[in-house]
Amino acid sequence: MADAKRAAGPTSRPLSPHLTIYRPQLTAITSILVRITGNALIVAALLIIWWFVAAASGPAAFARADYVITSWVGKLVMLGSILALWYHLLGGIRHLIWDSGRMLDVKTSEQFGIFMLAGSVVLTLLTVLIL
Amino acid sequence: MAYLTDRKRAVGMGSAKTGTEHHWRMMVSSVALLGLIPLFLFTFGHIVGAGHADVVAYYSQPFPAIIAGLTFLVGALHFKSGVQVLIEDYVHGFARKALIIFTICLSYAAAATGVFAIVRIAL
Repeated sequence: MADAKRAAGPTSRPLSPHLTIYRPQLTAITSILVRITGNALIVAALLIIWWFVAAASGPAAFARADYVITSWVGKLVMLGSILALWYHLLGGIRHLIWDSGRMLDVKTSEQFGIFMLAGSVVLTLLTVLIL
Repeated sequence: MAYLTDRKRAVGMGSAKTGTEHHWRMMVSSVALLGLIPLFLFTFGHIVGAGHADVVAYYSQPFPAIIAGLTFLVGALHFKSGVQVLIEDYVHGFARKALIIFTICLSYAAAATGVFAIVRIAL
């Protein structure tokens, strides 16, 4: 993002209006959520890998990792991560469809965005019910 | 201009020359994860909370072990490329380079550690 120092530099380019002056739009919100969920999943991923390493190490180490992952904080992280996982997965499907040159108009993208928001909640509830 | 093909006009115009490969890897890993993630979610979700002996017995079976190993590997590579774009968008200068290197190291370390644990349990 262009900053003040760069604008005053030798290559003084016109600056696009800053992001914060825009009214929040569904396409922008659903897009940034894909990025946030994807990156936030590292927390659950590292916790789960730790759990596997502990299981490989022996019962004592496993008990510690299992205690953390099945504690209420751990369960909260896992629940949030399931929601993030499904949302990110649906967002990935939208990207793959876009990459094929389909559904690129704003209206369809917005509809798919609503589908991602609702779908991730439904899939999370289904996952919790099944597991 | 009319005598140049579209390809000829585009060659060498990319910013870093490797963006296509990066995008293609994201596409391939995301398609792979579309299958792997639900399978991992329901195999791991099925056994998490069980005792140590049950977990070891479960992950000694080929199917859950291979799913977990592949999910760690492909997931880490997908994470590596995804976070790199995030860093490139928001961080500049030396910090950008340092963070990208850190992310790449973290991704490979996570994949190697996860796969090692699975192999140790399964074999």
